[in-house]
Amino acid sequence: MDIFVQQLINGLVLGSIYALVALGYTMVYGILELINFAHGEVTMIGAMVALAVIGALLGANPDLPGLLVVVAGVLVAVPACMVLGFVIEKVAYRPLRKAPRLAPLITAIGVSIVLQNAAMLIWGRGYVSFPAILPRGRHEILGATVTDLQIAIVALSVLVMVGLVLLVERTRLGRAMRATAQSREVAELMGVNVDTVISATFVIGSALAAIAGVMVSAYYGLAHYYMGFLLGLKAFSAAVLGGIGNIMGAVVGGMLLGIIEALGAGYIGDLTGGFLGSNYQDVFAFLVLILVLVFRPSGLLGERVANRA
Amino acid sequence: MSLLRVKGLKVHYGGIQAVRGIDFEVGEGELVCLIGANGAGKSSTLKGLMGMVQCSGQVTFGGTRLSNLATHAIAARGLSLVPEGRGIFGRLTVAENLDIGAYTRRERAYVRADLERMYGLFPRLAERRSQLAGTLSGGEQQMLAMARAMMARPRLLLLDEPSMGLAPLMVQKIYQTVADIASEGVAILLVEQNAHLALHTSQRGYVMESGSIVLSGPSQALANDPGVKAAYLGE
Ligand SMILES: Nc1ncnc2c1ncn2[C@@H]1O[C@H](COP(=O)(O)OP(=O)(O)O)[C@@H](O)[C@H]1O
Ligand SMILES: [Mg+2]
Repeated sequence: MDIFVQQLINGLVLGSIYALVALGYTMVYGILELINFAHGEVTMIGAMVALAVIGALLGANPDLPGLLVVVAGVLVAVPACMVLGFVIEKVAYRPLRKAPRLAPLITAIGVSIVLQNAAMLIWGRGYVSFPAILPRGRHEILGATVTDLQIAIVALSVLVMVGLVLLVERTRLGRAMRATAQSREVAELMGVNVDTVISATFVIGSALAAIAGVMVSAYYGLAHYYMGFLLGLKAFSAAVLGGIGNIMGAVVGGMLLGIIEALGAGYIGDLTGGFLGSNYQDVFAFLVLILVLVFRPSGLLGERVANRA
Repeated sequence: MSLLRVKGLKVHYGGIQAVRGIDFEVGEGELVCLIGANGAGKSSTLKGLMGMVQCSGQVTFGGTRLSNLATHAIAARGLSLVPEGRGIFGRLTVAENLDIGAYTRRERAYVRADLERMYGLFPRLAERRSQLAGTLSGGEQQMLAMARAMMARPRLLLLDEPSMGLAPLMVQKIYQTVADIASEGVAILLVEQNAHLALHTSQRGYVMESGSIVLSGPSQALANDPGVKAAYLGE
């Protein structure tokens, strides 16, 4: 029982990070039907930039309050990734707007290779560690342990997701985004500048990715130029699980994937009689991806493609 | 001084010439129709005006050139197209569809007043305001598309086959609305395959055949033209 609750909590934390990244995939797909494979790398750049700022601040004055230093890192990483997302769309995808769908997909993979290598040149091949400067309180719940950091990650994720839903459902920009997702042509007829809406979508998704990047590096205590690959692939799986193109789907898919992965890691040893260990936890994301693609390609909350008016 | 003046408009899709250099005009507050058989180039003409397809020629609207403007910028200058097939946002509510019709307008109080006016004009839409637009019937969707276009307060409304696929009673209702809108002083360019209906409603008309305008004049005169009668009115 203890291990179940503990893994559920761990899964929720991981899941909320996946959800933040999955939202970026799903928003872009919803509007452009493009899988932005570079999105995982934007997450990585967010983590790296934040860590660079944190390192610089601590180098200048090691006595600065830890929380303040991390907040400063986030406040630089978010706009940096927003600019990056804007530039990626403008330089790599916009010229291919009318090209066959394979072209932007290959370009996306190209962009992620470029970003990985740029990060490797700037920050090196090794792990960059996240200094232990955040509050490290622990709480007991139902026999499981929850840390301050875990609570902060889930709370901040929920806050950001609520903000995003309000933006999409309640604002003029959000309405333009939803209209553009249904028909670019008709949205233009309504006076919507579709290019601006597409840029805004990349910028918003990249801001979420930056936050997720800082969260994941704080959670595991490190960042790495290659970290965006696996995280991106898992978040993409989460988006597909929820129904790609669907915002609530990304949230549900992210949470669910985190929980499946954590429970799987907790029990995989028992299930396989000790043959496989918890280091196989990454397998679950891809198992889920394959199962969804085979049995329910539209995802849990996805509509049938015919419903896309 | 006409509101819309078109000179030598050409539209081509790759090698296919859909519109072969046509001239026409629409005056302030005028209701003009453009009729022709399927494939004559009517929709392409409207798309050309809105900058939705590659085109050449001179389009002047309210004294300014529209050539080379993006579609959204043309819409913001007061041209509203209700496209063939209506182009309703099916996964937005009726109210959201109307709201986005007023996307380019900033004066919220006036927009709100216009919204109420549209609900007055189309009580059916008022009843269904929080319903997803995709659940409406074809006729209701056509009403919504027209109301949505009117929310932009256009100076010229372009209607592409508003009667298409509708039951006779609904067609009557839609054409009553077209007349109502025209009586408010909004200029309308009405594209129809149903020549009888279009000539009956409009003041002036143009007849289009394989990408060219072959005939024009007062609608009454066109309706009495032997050629038009034979080709389009089935008489
Ligand atoms: N997107 C397109 N690509 C290629 N040809 C097109 C396209 N749209 C229309 N056409 C062609 O252009 C001609 C005029 O079409 P259209 O303007 O839709 O006529 P109408 O509205 O009068 O029925 C037709 O021959 C049609 O096949
Ligand atoms: Mg047509």
